[in-house]
Amino acid sequence: MAVPFPFSAIVGQVEMKLAILIAATDPTVGGVLVFGDRGTGKSTAVRALAALLPKMRVVAGCPYGCDPASASPGCEACRALKVDAHGQRIAKTALVPVPVVDLPLGATEDRVVGALDLERALSQGVKAFEPGLLARANRGFLYVDEVNLLEDHLVDLLIDVAASGENVVEREGLSVRHPARFVLVGSGNPEEGELRPQLLDRFGLSLEVKTPEDLPSRIEVVRRRDAFERGPEAFTEAWRKEDERVRKRIVKARALLPSVVVPDATLENAARLCMLLGTDGLRGELTLMRAARALAALDGDEVVTDGHLKQVAAPALRHRLRRSPLDDSGSTVRVDRAVAELFGE
Amino acid sequence: MAAAPAAPEANADADADATPSTWAAAVAAATLMAIDPVGLGGVNLRALAGPVRDRWLELLAGLLPAGTPLRRVPLHINDERLLGGLDLAATLRTGRPVAQRGVLAEADGGVLLMAMAERLPAATSARLVAVLDAGEVLVARDGVSLQHPARLGVVALDEGATVEECVPPGLMDRLAFHLDLADVSWREVADAGFAVDAQAVAAARVGLARVRIDDDLLQALCGAALALGTGSLRASVLALRAAGAAAALDGRDAVNADDAALAARLVLGPRATRLPPGDAAPPESAAEPPPEPDSSDPPEPPSPDAGSDDADADPGVAEGNDNEQSESDAPDPTSHEPLDDVVLAAAKAAIPAGLLALLQGQASAARSAGAGGRAGQLQASRRRGRPAGARRGEPRNGARLNVIETLRAAAPWQRVRRGEITAAGQGDGNSAGRIQVRAEDFHVTRFKQRSETTTIFAIDASGSAALHRLAEAKGAVELLLADCYVRRDRVAVLAFRGKVAEVLLPPTRSLVRAKRSLAGLPGGGGTPLAAGIDAAAQLADAMRRRGDTPVIVFLTDGRANIARDGTPGRVLADAQAIEAARQMRAARFTVLLVDTSQQPQAGAQRLALEMGARYLPLPNADANALSRSVRVLAAGAATQG
Repeated sequence: MAVPFPFSAIVGQVEMKLAILIAATDPTVGGVLVFGDRGTGKSTAVRALAALLPKMRVVAGCPYGCDPASASPGCEACRALKVDAHGQRIAKTALVPVPVVDLPLGATEDRVVGALDLERALSQGVKAFEPGLLARANRGFLYVDEVNLLEDHLVDLLIDVAASGENVVEREGLSVRHPARFVLVGSGNPEEGELRPQLLDRFGLSLEVKTPEDLPSRIEVVRRRDAFERGPEAFTEAWRKEDERVRKRIVKARALLPSVVVPDATLENAARLCMLLGTDGLRGELTLMRAARALAALDGDEVVTDGHLKQVAAPALRHRLRRSPLDDSGSTVRVDRAVAELFGE
Repeated sequence: MAAAPAAPEANADADADATPSTWAAAVAAATLMAIDPVGLGGVNLRALAGPVRDRWLELLAGLLPAGTPLRRVPLHINDERLLGGLDLAATLRTGRPVAQRGVLAEADGGVLLMAMAERLPAATSARLVAVLDAGEVLVARDGVSLQHPARLGVVALDEGATVEECVPPGLMDRLAFHLDLADVSWREVADAGFAVDAQAVAAARVGLARVRIDDDLLQALCGAALALGTGSLRASVLALRAAGAAAALDGRDAVNADDAALAARLVLGPRATRLPPGDAAPPESAAEPPPEPDSSDPPEPPSPDAGSDDADADPGVAEGNDNEQSESDAPDPTSHEPLDDVVLAAAKAAIPAGLLALLQGQASAARSAGAGGRAGQLQASRRRGRPAGARRGEPRNGARLNVIETLRAAAPWQRVRRGEITAAGQGDGNSAGRIQVRAEDFHVTRFKQRSETTTIFAIDASGSAALHRLAEAKGAVELLLADCYVRRDRVAVLAFRGKVAEVLLPPTRSLVRAKRSLAGLPGGGGTPLAAGIDAAAQLADAMRRRGDTPVIVFLTDGRANIARDGTPGRVLADAQAIEAARQMRAARFTVLLVDTSQQPQAGAQRLALEMGARYLPLPNADANALSRSVRVLAAGAATQG
């Protein structure tokens, strides 16, 4: 795992790559769920992301990686720091890679939420909090491979924290709360079980990936994989320019994002689409809007159009449809049908 | 050097007999695996424990470099030993947390032998798969975070007896070779003199990094994989690596057609899910024996110019120059027919006989769902289930002490307690470094005790009402699966019609899988009711042995007309159905019999009575009513269990 496979060298899987870019541009879109066949490079794409993201500035030494420019950092230590004229916290800062934290299967609760620091408790008799994976993932990505095999009590935990953006630890006489805002990325194989609806809802975008069926792209996948394994460094170097281009696209999109406007007509179309599909609550609409905006930013457009909306409709809505035993068609088909009906194609 | 590949090649000539070629393939797989265990992922070895399997393992062990860790992993290994965690003894001794490596980390650079892999829990398989993918173990448990290299090969010792009993697909996908030694006799293995040279293997291991593959061979492998319907691209990648290892074994730096053919035969053939397009035989009657996969006259590939070449029949001696004439042509992969065919024919020769019959459209024999060798599972107990955190409490009544949480609770008080002891003057020299644990520190692990429910739909797919019944049952299955995720219940479907009962959907909680398995069910024919009841009872029994609570739902009108042996005749069929029903009652399953006929039938009522089933006349058996009834029934069953 020393060198991740370059993001831009992934063959095909356009929708998956786009969704990951959208989540990287605007974390408020919510997480990304990638469900699909075995061997389609689901985890490859997610792991490739880490190498791609521009670095972020943090308060040096802060276990939660607080942003020095934030008006209200979540962690107490950083909130106590003084602020200078530019709204910057006066502290040593550092540029670090955006965390992409793996939640390994078999992880126990204490490591995920954080717990009493056993080392210090045993050797010094001191009661100290040792942050867990959720703390490390703050401001970054939390990746759960085989998300449908995750133990239930961990799922409960994730559902709660992913919604509140804050991790509250009440255990072993400790009472700690710290920020845990992360983009939840899950992958799995639907044949191994369904996902709990509540957890499903926490993911902003959901994708279905399929193994390519055409020979040329299959050959290309195998060829690149082979080349990568023979010389990961050389291969990564060969794709560095492409990756750099993607990184610039994200940086530009992030800068553009605040000025992207959503016309009322587009908003209305988004609402109509959700109504047509009968998606519950506002989350679908909100995600659809945010995803479309992020996509516009990625495309360098300042106005969100129906075209953006159409492109993100399936990933933003397909996992929010109510199951209907009468309609046997897959959810992607239903979304596509609704899009066609609304925009008249 | 030539000695090494001699075994497979020599035996490939004797392809007419399936057995030696199976063993030769197994030898070839062991050889390639020994060259590149990490790259190839490993082997699924389907065979019962016995001298043949031992011989193969011995062979592999002999070919791996001396001192390679070969770790046998028991089926129910826990996370602590598998992944690693806190070394309690050392922690207690030293008074500071000491991490301990798990089996996965300890076996770094070696090979894991997974015992009874067909029973491998999905959770264990997923952990193993994550490690195979990443080449390292990531541990975040019990106060310890570790990252340790774990570059492994896996040999899954698969003792599955039926199609349903198999190694988790996610793991299968990552193992290059799927061998089935069930039909290999010991005599032949003992007689087969193979000369695999460990030195050649060692040399190949060094040479492997230099091996390159031509684009046309790469295309041929990918094309064969696609033609055989091996969806996952990992199959192609693994075939490529196998071909590379074969070339290295022969001391070459370039993969040739022989290598590709061997790789196709070993890696792609056993994974086939369909016959190459244009090659699918027209549907035949189920009674016809499956074609011999290794017969001297293999099914011809679809291309016009193929059959003339001997290489088709014997991939082992495929002409190496076959590829020269076709390479550097247009990039269009279809222009490589001769080469593609060599590879494809090799792969096809290795499609298992049973599978071939299946692929040709006939699932001939009823698949038995019962499984031998599970008697040990009867002690499904209250300590099973998923851990759901820990709580303060004493380890009584079989509750399991959670050592880590207990230690954690004790840890902060150590200084204070030691101080107390010293002050009271009770301390001797020895207790100074020890951890003081008191009753109030005890934590026990909580388990979710509720056992899972498996609902088995046994559907009478005979007669004219079959299609309607099947459609509604399918709807009910989907409704149940759609809303029962939270309860983690599972659903299975078996249908009986014609002469046999068949498991259409093995127990699953996957809606996707259910939809796929239940699409386009055939209906019509006679009613082998006794066989249906037997099959349902067998499946329910298997579920019970796993610790699940089975609930059986029959959809039938209760009118039997086919006896167990497949002979028609209402009288005997009815008598046998009643007999089967009584046996079912003796097993005390929760059963619902849904009478789907227009008028409630006396026969169905009697059958329900004999089974100890609840009787529910539901002429239109609509999916909603059905799923509601099942839910009520399952709730009752779960509280009983």
